[in-house]
Amino acid sequence: MLARRIIPCLDVKEGRTVKGVNFEHLRDAGDIAELAERYSREGADELVFLDITASHDRRATARDWVTRVAEVTRVPFTVGGGITSARDVEELLRRGADKVSINSAALDDASLVNRLARSFGSQCVVVAIDARVEGDAWRVYRQGGRVATSRELFEWASEVTDRGAGEILFTSMDHDGTRRGFALEAIARLATTLPVPVIASGGAGAVEHFRDVFVDGKADAALAAGIFHFGQITIPALKAYLAREHVTVRL
Amino acid sequence: MNVTIIEYGAGNLFSVRAAVERLGHVAAPGSTPDDLRAADRVIFPGVGQALSASEKLRATGLADVIPALRVPVLGICLGMQLMCERSEEGDTEGLGIFPTAAQRFGEGCKVPHVGWNRISGGRSPLFDGIDDGAWFYFVHSYYLPVNPLQLAGCHYQLPFCAAIGRDNFLGCQFHPEKSGDAGERLLRNFLAWDGHGRA
Repeated sequence: MLARRIIPCLDVKEGRTVKGVNFEHLRDAGDIAELAERYSREGADELVFLDITASHDRRATARDWVTRVAEVTRVPFTVGGGITSARDVEELLRRGADKVSINSAALDDASLVNRLARSFGSQCVVVAIDARVEGDAWRVYRQGGRVATSRELFEWASEVTDRGAGEILFTSMDHDGTRRGFALEAIARLATTLPVPVIASGGAGAVEHFRDVFVDGKADAALAAGIFHFGQITIPALKAYLAREHVTVRL
Repeated sequence: MNVTIIEYGAGNLFSVRAAVERLGHVAAPGSTPDDLRAADRVIFPGVGQALSASEKLRATGLADVIPALRVPVLGICLGMQLMCERSEEGDTEGLGIFPTAAQRFGEGCKVPHVGWNRISGGRSPLFDGIDDGAWFYFVHSYYLPVNPLQLAGCHYQLPFCAAIGRDNFLGCQFHPEKSGDAGERLLRNFLAWDGHGRA
């Protein structure tokens, strides 16, 4: 029986975490490797790092932090942000990342998904999709949710899966940051129709929301940032709660 | 101790190497027959596609050297599958160390099998100190069927082989280098094992 995965997400800028992180006993709350090690020790099932360094500030050496994370992290991790080519992916995997997450680059050129899946295997290609409800449809956004596209969520998710995406990371922009729970209906539709795992993101604010996203949303994994970083919810407490609620988790 | 990680262009070695080094050993990549013959422990990792990986092993001469090794060898994921007779993936001929063949998961569940799953019945020095039902990280679309050389089992859609052993050769479908405490213990057990006796 596969465990439902709990995934903290960290924003990275120029090799450091940017979102305030409020952990006790950290020497340097902005140090990405120390945080990664801490989360992996606490029972995070995977980690996602979103590199938000502006593309014009990104130099070849700017991914050094990936190597430092890989040295200390004993669970899989995914790197997203600014990935536009097979060369970017090759470098990240060589530095020890397990998967990469692409978003705008896939919307620019959907065949990138095919090429990455063929070169590196579907297992390391995550397609991230940001969407919000407009009228009666879920519209896909690009560039971190700033720019609307003509794509519709379910069609786009289905297309990238056909092209070889190994996982879908869906963020509901309507729910993100609200801490009022996940977009359960949309997540359930993705999770029950796609042939690949679905990572749900956006809206986590309480342990009950995680139960709901696994039980009602049928998600394979749930991702959150702020509530973990500020310690409102600790991963051991969350997993203990989920186990009591009969959700299969790795303890 | 000379721990050598086979480098043959199939997936990154970084994570395996980092995991070995966290245990206090030096791990060197090995890409030639001489590298492997000089090793005290050999780890055969692999992520990617079986046929292209197999072709690379043959082109470099490693395909002949690996089955003749007498030191402990641990195949991980695709590495283990390549140590079998065949893989359904690309209809690939393997190294023939384990008399079984990798098959693709069927319809009816999400493929690849990705995430944390529990293993059962772990028997072998490899699993010393690891609880029955311990969680390990898997990511694969092909699997080995249950077989007589099995050292541990797992279940996803059907029961399948999570670890296998024959003489000095061991293989695991999961990724110990990504499996937290349990994975670290398994790697420590492998490095401590002399390759003789109960496998």
